[in-house]
Amino acid sequence: MLDLTYETPKPKVIAGAKHDWELVIGMEVHAQVSSNAKLFSGASTKFGAEPNANVAFVDAAMPGMLPVINEFCVEQAVRTGLGLNAEIHLKSAFDRKNYFYPDLPQGYQISQLYHPIVGEGEILVDMGPGVARKVRIERIHLEQDAGKSIHDMDPNMSFVDLNRTGVALMEIVSRPDIRGPEEAAAYVTKLRQILRYLGTCDGNMQNGNLRADVNVSVCRPGQYEKYMETQDFSHLGTRCEIKNMNSMRFIQAAIEYEARRQIAIVEAGGSVDQETRLYDPDKNETRSMRSKEEAHDYRYFPCPDLLPLEIEQAWVDDIKASLPELPDQKKARFVNDFGLSEYDASVLTADAESAAYFEAVADGRDGKLAANWVINELFGRLKKEDHDITESPVSPAQLGGIIELISAETISGKIAKDLFEIVYTEGGDPAQIVEERGMKQVTDTGAIEAALDQIIADNPAQVEKAKVNPKLAGWFVGQVMKATGGKANPKAVNDLVQQKLGG
Amino acid sequence: MSIDKDTAARVAKLARIKVEEDALPALAQEFNTILGFIEQLNEVDVEGVEPMTSVTPMRLKRREDVVTEGDQQDKILSNAPDAREGFFAVPKVVE
Repeated sequence: MLDLTYETPKPKVIAGAKHDWELVIGMEVHAQVSSNAKLFSGASTKFGAEPNANVAFVDAAMPGMLPVINEFCVEQAVRTGLGLNAEIHLKSAFDRKNYFYPDLPQGYQISQLYHPIVGEGEILVDMGPGVARKVRIERIHLEQDAGKSIHDMDPNMSFVDLNRTGVALMEIVSRPDIRGPEEAAAYVTKLRQILRYLGTCDGNMQNGNLRADVNVSVCRPGQYEKYMETQDFSHLGTRCEIKNMNSMRFIQAAIEYEARRQIAIVEAGGSVDQETRLYDPDKNETRSMRSKEEAHDYRYFPCPDLLPLEIEQAWVDDIKASLPELPDQKKARFVNDFGLSEYDASVLTADAESAAYFEAVADGRDGKLAANWVINELFGRLKKEDHDITESPVSPAQLGGIIELISAETISGKIAKDLFEIVYTEGGDPAQIVEERGMKQVTDTGAIEAALDQIIADNPAQVEKAKVNPKLAGWFVGQVMKATGGKANPKAVNDLVQQKLGG
Repeated sequence: MSIDKDTAARVAKLARIKVEEDALPALAQEFNTILGFIEQLNEVDVEGVEPMTSVTPMRLKRREDVVTEGDQQDKILSNAPDAREGFFAVPKVVE
């Protein structure tokens, strides 16, 4: 596999009233497993159903009901682990995390505290061409999601919907290797990208299918390096956990606010309390969730309803063999095989669909030209109408056709844009459209010369000026292009103008 | 480890089980008896012994990823003390 080389980004530094401070951030991302049925029941995971329609008796914690694990959810967790180069534990086990809340009918969440299914891995977080941060993954465990409480339907009551109760989540826990708000957002972006490539989570943050808890602390420059050397947390500041964020923008704003809050406390001679906080986007602040503090006594114990989960190496190997090409490899391949810039390769590999589209366009054609057209024309046009690549009215074959016409110099770059617009709005075969609508580039110097001679004859004053000031030659080029409806080969026109006026 | 009255009260509260003040000392004593027994078990050297999770050697039962249950809102809500518009209605809980 080809690897791109990268440098490590500088950590974000915030200037306090007295000193400079650095940030140390670790994340717990909850990613909903893409599956039809829940982790331990046969109820559907479909979003947007009638309240309490996707609920099996075990989800509602009816007495005597027993959980039975969905094997596909296990496979998805293993696939995710493999995608993050993580170690897969052939033996894992489930524990009960006990707390009381109305949307948790069991009174406990089935999770994996002591023996998670996936161990240490890593993610390379891109921070721009040639710059990336390697973030270590501590573990991934499988657990149940809770239900949903709605507080604004009645002044005195909360309404509880158990449709989400028992849906499989992967909790992906990072080490505190993230060094600023932008890196945190980039980390979530990269993780989301990998999950979507793997097909293990759809990454829909709006629906809450990907949410992040962020642990933030601050330290003086130099302290983090001591931590990295020793893995001793005492070199770092006290952390606070900001719960449940589902937007990149909020994640960044919350970290920025939280870091400044902690710096102010420490610089005033106080100490930060380790606690759980909630980000309020309306006020752009974090506040303590005091009610969570007591609930933090989770009294974990092994779940007596479930035997340990034992999987076979051969099965893991099969899953590994079925992994798709992942973003880092794909990006490196695009740079190497198509001669793309790292930036363009990043844009094209942002999601698997875009990458596949590009490859279909570039296949057997000029890769750089294909990249330009996909990124600048197609993506730009799609964005205007808020469409994504899967909704593109232009197929890779059609866009490829346009690119072939450009490469063969059958059409000029300007006409190509008009052609693209026609194909986008009306459809059709590009070559046929060019033929039928007379869009072919005029390379016939005779025709261009005739047009130019006419313009020279009509504009004697301009000719005189251009003889003194060669820059005015451009005016003639423009006039010829106009006279030929943009179809003249610009290079041919330029050459002729130089020849006739330049002397 | 010894459980006092306050710890017993805290455990009861976390489990949302109502225990009258005058019942707490007896409850604490019961906990202590249980923990005492467990401490006794802790004296056994189990170094290198795999925990026994099942009496018969069994593999964790799996299900396929197929929707087999649901669409039974009425049954799910039938035991609820209060249900409205398809939801369980509970006393207001808000952060």
